[in-house]
Amino acid sequence: MRRREFLGLVAGGALAGSIGNVAFAAGREESRNLLVLVEMKGGNDALNTVIPYADPLYARLRPRIALARDQVLKLDERAALHPSLEKLLPAWVGKELAIVEGVGYPDPNLSHFRSIEIWDTASKSAEYLDDGWLARAFARSPSPATFAADGVVVGSPEMGPLLGAGRAIALANPEQFLRNARLARDAGESGNVSLAHILRVEREILRSADKLTAGQAFVTEFPAGPFGSAIRTAAQLAANPAGIAVIRISLGGFDTHAGQLGAHANLMRQLGEGLSALRAALKEINRWQSTVVATYSEFGRRPQENQSGGTDHGTASAHFVMGGRVRGGLHGAAPQLARLESGNLPFAVDFRSYYATLMEKWWGMDSRGPLGGTFPKLDILV
Amino acid sequence: MLIAAGALFLSGAAAAVPIGYEGARHLLARTGFGATDAEVRSLAALDAGDAVDRVLATARREAVTPPPAFVAQAPLPYYKLRAMDAQARMAQQRLNVELGLELREWWLGEMLATPSPVTEKMTLFWHNHFATSQQKVRSPQLMYRQNVLLRREALGNFGTLLHAVAKDPAMLVYLDNAGSRKQAPNEHFAREVMELFTLGEGHGYSERDIKEAARAFTGWSLDRESLEFTFRRAFHDAGEKHILGRSGRFDGDQVLDLLLEREETARFVTTKLWKEFVSPSPDEHEVARLAALFRDARYEVKPLLRAMLVSEAFWSRDSRAALIKSPVELVVGTLRTFEIHPATLRPAVVAVALLGQNPMSPPNVKGWAGGQAWINSSTLLARKQLLERMFRGAEVQVEGPAMAMTATPAPAAGDETGREARMRRTMERGMQTYAFDWDRWSRTLPAQVDLQSLVLAQAAVNPPSPQAPAVQRVRQLVADPAFQLK
Repeated sequence: MRRREFLGLVAGGALAGSIGNVAFAAGREESRNLLVLVEMKGGNDALNTVIPYADPLYARLRPRIALARDQVLKLDERAALHPSLEKLLPAWVGKELAIVEGVGYPDPNLSHFRSIEIWDTASKSAEYLDDGWLARAFARSPSPATFAADGVVVGSPEMGPLLGAGRAIALANPEQFLRNARLARDAGESGNVSLAHILRVEREILRSADKLTAGQAFVTEFPAGPFGSAIRTAAQLAANPAGIAVIRISLGGFDTHAGQLGAHANLMRQLGEGLSALRAALKEINRWQSTVVATYSEFGRRPQENQSGGTDHGTASAHFVMGGRVRGGLHGAAPQLARLESGNLPFAVDFRSYYATLMEKWWGMDSRGPLGGTFPKLDILV
Repeated sequence: MLIAAGALFLSGAAAAVPIGYEGARHLLARTGFGATDAEVRSLAALDAGDAVDRVLATARREAVTPPPAFVAQAPLPYYKLRAMDAQARMAQQRLNVELGLELREWWLGEMLATPSPVTEKMTLFWHNHFATSQQKVRSPQLMYRQNVLLRREALGNFGTLLHAVAKDPAMLVYLDNAGSRKQAPNEHFAREVMELFTLGEGHGYSERDIKEAARAFTGWSLDRESLEFTFRRAFHDAGEKHILGRSGRFDGDQVLDLLLEREETARFVTTKLWKEFVSPSPDEHEVARLAALFRDARYEVKPLLRAMLVSEAFWSRDSRAALIKSPVELVVGTLRTFEIHPATLRPAVVAVALLGQNPMSPPNVKGWAGGQAWINSSTLLARKQLLERMFRGAEVQVEGPAMAMTATPAPAAGDETGREARMRRTMERGMQTYAFDWDRWSRTLPAQVDLQSLVLAQAAVNPPSPQAPAVQRVRQLVADPAFQLK
């Protein structure tokens, strides 16, 4: 039996009650908060995102790419934001932006593909799992039946943490999706695994199309470019009358091995403008209190710059969590530039703590099953 | 017709069993891009060995289609690109986008015109294996040169190809080796050559091996004017390195040889070929057998491919229709099968990109994930929409959900922004010459053709009514989920 089916049985059967907490029983709730996940593809250079400007080692490790102390956006006496993230400042000042520093995992893998797989499946470093962590979470604790989908992936071919989820779809924008959904039809099952996959996708299209509407107009202006479009789509999906539990959007290009300064500044600007527009749009439709926006990435980058004016693959990284019910401020632990391990940062917060916090505190789910263990929760939500 | 013939192919007595129409279609769909009825029939009477030999005998080292004129021009040196002001750089970027489109049109054109689809199939396979993207390389000339190299060794020798790709200018730029020097080696190429080109992730190497190998590749660079490979001795770390349990003053070529010596490499490449040609779930014992054969053949590609294509697994019932067509296979294969000759391939180039496979621009160095990852709700609907447009035929209203539409409403203003919307509009304007012409196509077919056996790799999920006119049946078969399979 595939894991998914097994978990489905568990969620639907007698075992659902044995978790020991009524609130965790499947299908009881009428609604579920929204989580918007923002993937920074390629491994974001956290040290030039949330900058330890007061640490003399920072400039010493990065003679060419350290950001000047008088240009960074200072958050407190030791940490600062990249200057191109200035659009995030209102959320920071409003105490709606939590920054979690030092997120990583033991025995880090420095391959993009393996490390994002570890993040997506919430596995241990040497453990291989088939399904995404959200797929496992929703298998045990499905979203309300009235929901349009558990999850929607916007503008990316990879399902990431939703890989293997029963009620997950991918789309570029809702209008186009609805226009084309008429071409799908429900044609049952198949023993051919490739065909079975296609048929499953067709069914999911029909199920979601039934409950999606398009065309929410916003006063908020969205940035130009693909990431801006994805942000707008995320806002439209957040406005959908039938709920959606997770929306995943991505920004690519973070693999800055060479000539990093300009490219990274551009990414930071896109990220800042995008997240700021999303915040404005969610406030406009009165969903800011019921939404959390959280970033992730396969790893951070090497503290020591390389000879090409860039940075190689690293380990622990900083992430942003934003929302009307977020406890703003710095969380986790400051980067220990003096205590590098093989040239890389030790982690302070296990990424599964990050996930456990979202599952338990945002959704009221039991995270132990899907994450295969108990992880301490972060104090990032009010 | 549907004898489970797998076992028969292996026994000597059955060596002369003809593969039949469906067998021939299976072989052509896997080794090429679609196939016409005439092509299928030309192989149907052969046994597996002869049919496979016939396919492999077509192998070429050069394209038949003349390349776009720009490839003869010198590529723009990077220092000149860097020295440009913002406006000039923007203009250069626009030019590169245009030349990149011409390059892709040329390649898709070659896939359509070539007498050896298996050559282009393998060229595309190596492009996915040694994935390199124009987005970062920013030189259509270098991308073309790499494509020429991949085709030269498409069915040639993997070791030769590995050594050549490692010194290929586009690759040196893409994986940042061009600027790697002794004082601070860039690990990018060293990592990917182990993880993605040879051993495979987690197969017997460590972070330490990567760091040491990176030292060996220092100095492998580009001439700043000609952009050809050059070895910069001053940047090279000639010291002793410790790699995969061996020590020596290895240079880059010696590191590649160390990687080729490892069993993992043959196994990794064989597994990947299996997923391309046979099924999504490699048989461990068979892979081990074929990988050993690959090593024994000193990484010659043809003997490996032959052994794979005559194997019982390839011909087994379970492998039929077991794979999902890539966007390129879907688009080029449909044009080939139905003998559609578009006026321009620009819409086809845009179409494959929108479906998730933009040749010359793979998403990252791992290439396209392929398999089930080709299909999600977004890409499946885009595939269906494309096929509907090609096959809907303005004159008839056919039953069935895929046929009921006559026109797709124009997107509302402001519906989409940016590049994707522009691409979509380009595609839609050019799509008129992609219309399936039943009258013309049906004249190429014998009277007794079994449309389903030609169009689909397996029985239709939603079988058309046998009473329906043939043109309607074709449309329904193309709209069937099984059309996405090969």
